Amino acid sequence: MNVTITVNGEPRTADVVASESLLNVLRDDLDLPGTKDACEQGECGSCTVILDGEAVCSCLVMAADAEGSEVTTVEGMGEPGHLHPVQEAMLAEGAVQCGFCTPGFVVAGAHLLETNPHPSELEIREALSGNICRCTGYGAILRAFETLSEEGT
Amino acid sequence: MTTPTRTHVTGGIGTSVRRPDGVPKVTGNFAYASDLHSKDMLWGATLRSPHAHARLVSLDIGPALAMTGVRAVLTQDDVPGLPLFGQEEQDQPVLCDGTARYWGEPVAIVAADDEETAQRAAASIVAEWEPLAPLDNPERAADDGSTFREMKIRRGDQNAVGTVVVEGVYETASQDQAPLGTEAGFAIPDGSGGLDLYVTSQWVHVDHRQIIACLDMEPDQIRCHPAGIGGAFGAREDISLHIHVAMLSLATGLPVKMEYDRSESFVGHVKRHPSKMWYRHEADADGNLVKVTARLLLDGGAYAHTSRAVLANAAFFTVGPYRCDNVSVDAQAVRTNNPPCGAMRGFGAVQACFGYESQMDRLAEALGVDPLDLRRQNAMRGGDPLATSGQVIDAPLPTIEVIDALESIPLPEPLASDDPRLLPGGTGLTTPASKVVRGVGYAVGLKNVAFSEGFDDYAEARVVLTPAGVEVHTAAMEVGQGLVTVCQQIARTVLGIENVAVVWDDTSHIGSAGSTSASRQTQMTGGAVHAASVGLRDRILEEHGGDELRNDGVYREGKRVATIDEICGGGPVENLVRFRHPETFPPDKNGQGDVHAGFVVAAHRAVVDVDPELGLVRVVRVDTAQDVGKALNPQAITGQLEGGIMQGVGLAVMEELIVDHGVIRNPTFTDYLIPTFVDAPAVESRIIEAPDPWGPFGAKGIGESPTISSTPAVVAAIRAATGKALTRAPVRPQDIVGI
Ligand code: FES
Ligand code: FES
Repeated sequence: MNVTITVNGEPRTADVVASESLLNVLRDDLDLPGTKDACEQGECGSCTVILDGEAVCSCLVMAADAEGSEVTTVEGMGEPGHLHPVQEAMLAEGAVQCGFCTPGFVVAGAHLLETNPHPSELEIREALSGNICRCTGYGAILRAFETLSEEGT
Repeated sequence: MTTPTRTHVTGGIGTSVRRPDGVPKVTGNFAYASDLHSKDMLWGATLRSPHAHARLVSLDIGPALAMTGVRAVLTQDDVPGLPLFGQEEQDQPVLCDGTARYWGEPVAIVAADDEETAQRAAASIVAEWEPLAPLDNPERAADDGSTFREMKIRRGDQNAVGTVVVEGVYETASQDQAPLGTEAGFAIPDGSGGLDLYVTSQWVHVDHRQIIACLDMEPDQIRCHPAGIGGAFGAREDISLHIHVAMLSLATGLPVKMEYDRSESFVGHVKRHPSKMWYRHEADADGNLVKVTARLLLDGGAYAHTSRAVLANAAFFTVGPYRCDNVSVDAQAVRTNNPPCGAMRGFGAVQACFGYESQMDRLAEALGVDPLDLRRQNAMRGGDPLATSGQVIDAPLPTIEVIDALESIPLPEPLASDDPRLLPGGTGLTTPASKVVRGVGYAVGLKNVAFSEGFDDYAEARVVLTPAGVEVHTAAMEVGQGLVTVCQQIARTVLGIENVAVVWDDTSHIGSAGSTSASRQTQMTGGAVHAASVGLRDRILEEHGGDELRNDGVYREGKRVATIDEICGGGPVENLVRFRHPETFPPDKNGQGDVHAGFVVAAHRAVVDVDPELGLVRVVRVDTAQDVGKALNPQAITGQLEGGIMQGVGLAVMEELIVDHGVIRNPTFTDYLIPTFVDAPAVESRIIEAPDPWGPFGAKGIGESPTISSTPAVVAAIRAATGKALTRAPVRPQDIVGI
């Protein structure tokens, strides 16, 4: 079946099967591999996208259910030369190692700051507790978001 | 190493420069192996054994072959060359050879037009099994003589006795590396019977050696390319889907992609060895260690992988960073029908550290002395012999300095708040603040750097100067740790030129860099880049009569005598170096000898809040002090220390692969828990610089030490809070409440 979704501001149409996740459609059909797949069970947050204003695990969303929705992926957050403040802060603090978790943190973190521009340490930890990072131990990620919280981006 | 530091170069050593792959990674543009694809590619899938031990009575691939869209179905009979692979010992069948020896062993592989068809086709293959009793008890395997390696270490007077004696039996569970990127590979036929392979790896050259043997091909016919990797931690040091994806591509003549989902990843790579360790420490009345006796048992699972080397590490670090003249160690790595084990960050030293540091605390208690004072009193220094092998440490070893630095970090304030987010039960609101008991624990750990026991360990790097800048060519795998940045920094500092790019070459274009493991790449590939840069610089200076190389050319006494274009007048100039560390030797029959190339020491202090009634733990802080030799990139070091601690905390309080009769019961992120943001303790770190004799600029490899002593520090803190013996990691709620 054909599904049309507005992705990063552009209407995109894909031919999907009923069981296909939004994550698969983004990665395989719409050529947006920035959103990562690390568990397909809603446990790691690598696949986080903004769906109609909410941060969701795209592996848990059926693509068919996203018909008519607006989706923002990491590719829509910023680009080289025009990075999103979250992307810039993560680079400045050394919050990127292997980087596999990074797209999820960029999207979930940007959404956090939109809803709460000055999160406390505990609010940052809780809001991003659905995003697993196996490399950094979260310290540098915390420092990146604390800087952003102070600046009130 | 007397290389002058070029202070006018920005981005050289000692600075926290940004990683060159940072922008692609934050924008989603970095290509991981799992992102590779092409229009005409097929998808591969694997049929795996549902039994930990079984005879394959019959295998009918007919149903899979009959499916529309299926292009190939291959079994062990289709392996063109050697039907076995393995890094140290070739003992694992590429595909099931008639007997399955672990749960999830690959039996057949399929290539099809799309992923779902490939998976359905693999599932449609009819395998008839005769289940056999799995050998799942490592102690029984030891009794049966089912071993990969047995080691005996005897040093000093075997009849020595101490006046204060403590004994203990300790266990550590199997841990999964759980790198966030799962195994993925992409094979592309080259049109002349060969292949280009892009697979997640820690060492493409050792993959290559095994792949060409199994495919029966010439070395240049298969080119293994370093591919983008989402973490490794040891999981990618051994072959996973490499040979399978290559076979499917050769059989079909088309590009083939394979990618494991999380559950398949749990069975698709080797684990940390579960261990059982019997220890006896004897000291004199003043607290000096007199004798350490230990027996170590590591379960290697079904196939050899790196079990021999992991066992050696556990055995040689049985006593840790302490002086002791009389030592007896018997160590075995056994073969069972449990999941195969191999490398994971810390590589045998993790298990031993949990044993010896638990013992040091027991000894301090028996002696009635402060546990840190006991450690300082017995601390090994440069010039001392390693307690086990007798190898004299011919470099500074700042054991006492790391303990002192750690102790100088202020302890946190007592728990003052009823905010459930700060309590052991978290927002589950299970624990009131009044029930919380705080505990503090310490541990110190020792680790070797690079390969040991006489292995011919080297790294190759080529440094090229072109009019557009410097290129560093290597096959060393960047797995996230930041080697790419360190290579740039070293080259910049030596050459005085800022514009340095790292270029990854395939196995046909550069020699091996060795594995990204054993904390070795900063010293080995870093050492190769350093030596290649020094050689290139000195040659250029000599040719042009200069005394300094800068961004824009050769200078003599502050005046430019040649531009970069002039230096490169005859084309790019380059220098290729194969760098080796000082020679090591196999141990003698008593485990004695100069076995190791270098050592790193680190210390950790954990602060925990525990609800002893419910058995809940919150790890509040883990502070650390570590020797790094020379801090090449302070920010990247902090990242390694914090990230490594988190994996140590995982093993201390939550990470355990539950294996039941050889079957992994929790192969998902829902059931195998790894620390999240709310589990992550605060970390403060102190960096100690005791220069290494052969590391570039005195730098040491640092990646594993953070994971080694953090686990026993956390468990010691829980012991302090609860008074329980807690001889097993991870500590489970039932261990605390005692049911
Ligand atoms: S891939 Fe969606 S949460 Fe892990
Ligand atoms: S940087 Fe590797 S998982 Fe976060």
